[in-house]
Amino acid sequence: MEGKKYIEVSNSQAVAIKDIPLLDYDDFYDYVVDELKIDTHHCLNYYCVDFGSRLWFVCCIACDELNIIRICSHELPKGEKSLRSITPECFQLHIFEREIHENFRIHFKGHPWLKPVRSSFKNDGTKLHVDAYPFLAFESEELHEVGVGPIHAGIIEPGHFRFICHGEKVLHLEISLGYQHRGIEQLFVKQNGLQRTILTESVAGDTAVGSSIAHAQLIESLADLPIPESLMIERCIGLELERFAIHIGDTSALCTDVAYQLGQVVNEALRTTIINTTQFWCGNRFGKGLVRPGGSNYPLNETVVDEIRNILKDSGNRYIDMADRIYTLPTVLSRFDGIGELTPEQAILIGAVGMAARSTSLGRDIRKSHPFQYFNQYQYEPVVLTTGDVLARGMLRYEESKKSVSMVNEFCSIWEGMAKEDTPRPVYDYGLKPLSFAISVVEAWRGELCHSAITDEQGNLAHYKIKDPSLHNWMALALAVRNQEISDFPVCNKSFNLSYCGNDI
Amino acid sequence: MISRKKLRIKEANILRSHGWQYIPDLKGVELSPLFRGRPVISDTITPEEIEHVKNICPVDAFVDDPFGLDMGKCIFCKECHFACPQKIMFTNDYKIAASNREDLVIRVGQTKMDFDHSAVRPVIRKLFKQSLKLRQISAAGDNSSEMELNASGNVNFDMGRYGIEFLASPRHTDGIVITGPISENMADALQICYDAVPEPKIIILAGSDAIGGGMFVDSPAINRTFLDKYHIDLFVPGNPMHPLTFINGVLSLIGK
Ligand code: SF4
Repeated sequence: MEGKKYIEVSNSQAVAIKDIPLLDYDDFYDYVVDELKIDTHHCLNYYCVDFGSRLWFVCCIACDELNIIRICSHELPKGEKSLRSITPECFQLHIFEREIHENFRIHFKGHPWLKPVRSSFKNDGTKLHVDAYPFLAFESEELHEVGVGPIHAGIIEPGHFRFICHGEKVLHLEISLGYQHRGIEQLFVKQNGLQRTILTESVAGDTAVGSSIAHAQLIESLADLPIPESLMIERCIGLELERFAIHIGDTSALCTDVAYQLGQVVNEALRTTIINTTQFWCGNRFGKGLVRPGGSNYPLNETVVDEIRNILKDSGNRYIDMADRIYTLPTVLSRFDGIGELTPEQAILIGAVGMAARSTSLGRDIRKSHPFQYFNQYQYEPVVLTTGDVLARGMLRYEESKKSVSMVNEFCSIWEGMAKEDTPRPVYDYGLKPLSFAISVVEAWRGELCHSAITDEQGNLAHYKIKDPSLHNWMALALAVRNQEISDFPVCNKSFNLSYCGNDI
Repeated sequence: MISRKKLRIKEANILRSHGWQYIPDLKGVELSPLFRGRPVISDTITPEEIEHVKNICPVDAFVDDPFGLDMGKCIFCKECHFACPQKIMFTNDYKIAASNREDLVIRVGQTKMDFDHSAVRPVIRKLFKQSLKLRQISAAGDNSSEMELNASGNVNFDMGRYGIEFLASPRHTDGIVITGPISENMADALQICYDAVPEPKIIILAGSDAIGGGMFVDSPAINRTFLDKYHIDLFVPGNPMHPLTFINGVLSLIGK
């Protein structure tokens, strides 16, 4: 065997495209299968780029215990349309092969399930009708189908769920997405620096801070833009406030679904206090505008720090009281305990990330394994629970919230004690290193958000790729509801709280 | 094991610290100073500055003849302010919903917005003043406007006090609220849902993405033809719109 099969990078480190090993497909196949046999490794992203005369396929594998990302690639001359599918040997690639199939019509031989991921516009401008999704069909006198969506009962995003049930019991759930598809990746390349950063915030508006950190650090790496350490801390404060607010909101939603009104109402009010603090800081309750490449329009200041501290003290304590009550209340527990279980084996199989992984023994957390921003200086220990059910996903939010609150307090103190230079203004007019590739990963509240980019000879953005953690985790929901009562679906769904728009981009 | 009695005491403590979260006067709330609401354009703005902010704006929100800022397109990034801090300011005025699309354009020197009551169809106030049930449709919304609409009914804002409420079935409602720039993939579902609402019915566009298409106007994955077919009764700008912007807008619409 000649040469290396991969290049190793750290989070957000830019490399020359030519330094990424180009393997022939059989080598690529064997390497990826071997690498992903290790439970602490998983595929961050595997996708295809159109380079004119050839298609280039790049695969990024996170090696958590080594704190590095391994990147390798293979290619196909234009016109060739078929590859041996890796999915039968390594199931977590199923969604990536499906996406490549959808966008480039590559047929993966042996893939069990080459169905659309988001019925997106293909590069040639054509698209599949979203309603043409080929659901699993069955012939039976005993079973029946339940279809839900795309528009759901509450105020939530659209997606279609198709259940195959035996009586009240769910045997199979298939999730058809794509209703939120906006063609964001194509827009990225056409637009300017400011437009891109705003676009990032609207990939999933509920994760605006996480997304814009992923984008900012990617651009800063490719454009060699240094930022002060104080700004890294500020970003982490924003990120943890976002996490805390959403975790409280999710706790409220879980209570709603099991008709525990006190839990619902108290948490609603608590979430308000946190997002109002973000608004106090930057003028937007979701933190839109807070994070910008190269600098900030809203540098942290003493008044904001005081506000954050006061609110966290009050709301943090009240949240703990409330959560203690929720997770000791028999009527709530009987609806959470043992419901919607995802096993560790399933989580490894599908490459689950974020909360879905950590609630079932898998300690995947980018804050520890591939630290970014101030987490490079801060030893974060992930919360890991074992039972993989709705209760675990609820409790995980509780435990993580406590950590976020104490971290924000700690970050505020470190920030105060720091010698601070002036925070630079944001940079939108940047030149990027030519012919380079970089991948940036952030542990946002749902899980790892992954942004990657490729530049051309002139240092312009040639390709941009976004992966929401939900891309991995929608399969977790589909597996978790098997053999459950269909009436438990809402609470299972809330306990994952996956992103439709993040998946559909 | 915790005894039942202890649990009850805990619940009483939670209730006490929860206190009174309901905002009594939804029309008189003062939002934090940095909230990005109604913009003001100074009448000292120069042609060069106008050129400059036009070049910066990521969504072409500035209009000419006469110069103005279109809040229906604006995604409230405030970058024009950072470029010309003395000439374009964002106030924390959240009462920025309008019954006419044109009213969302803020002209040079304009310091307030008046809701045009004459543009409201009389049937709306006749039938919906005491009770307005709405069906929300997220059509490629980024989930922030959706969360703010949920918040409009929560314990703080509680718009249910006015009989305004979101329901599940379009057949039980008086109109739809659209969020998001409307994707091609949601175009059919939107039409079907709208058709299922009984007449007379209203349409509200919530958030700048829905009103102006936001960052997505040029994407082939967007299909906004639905909006060409119908009269829009209320435009609620914001990215996302604040719950108070939404509630006050709807209250103006139904004449409360
Ligand atoms: S705040 Fe509005 S008008 Fe100003 S630059 Fe941003 S989008 Fe354009």
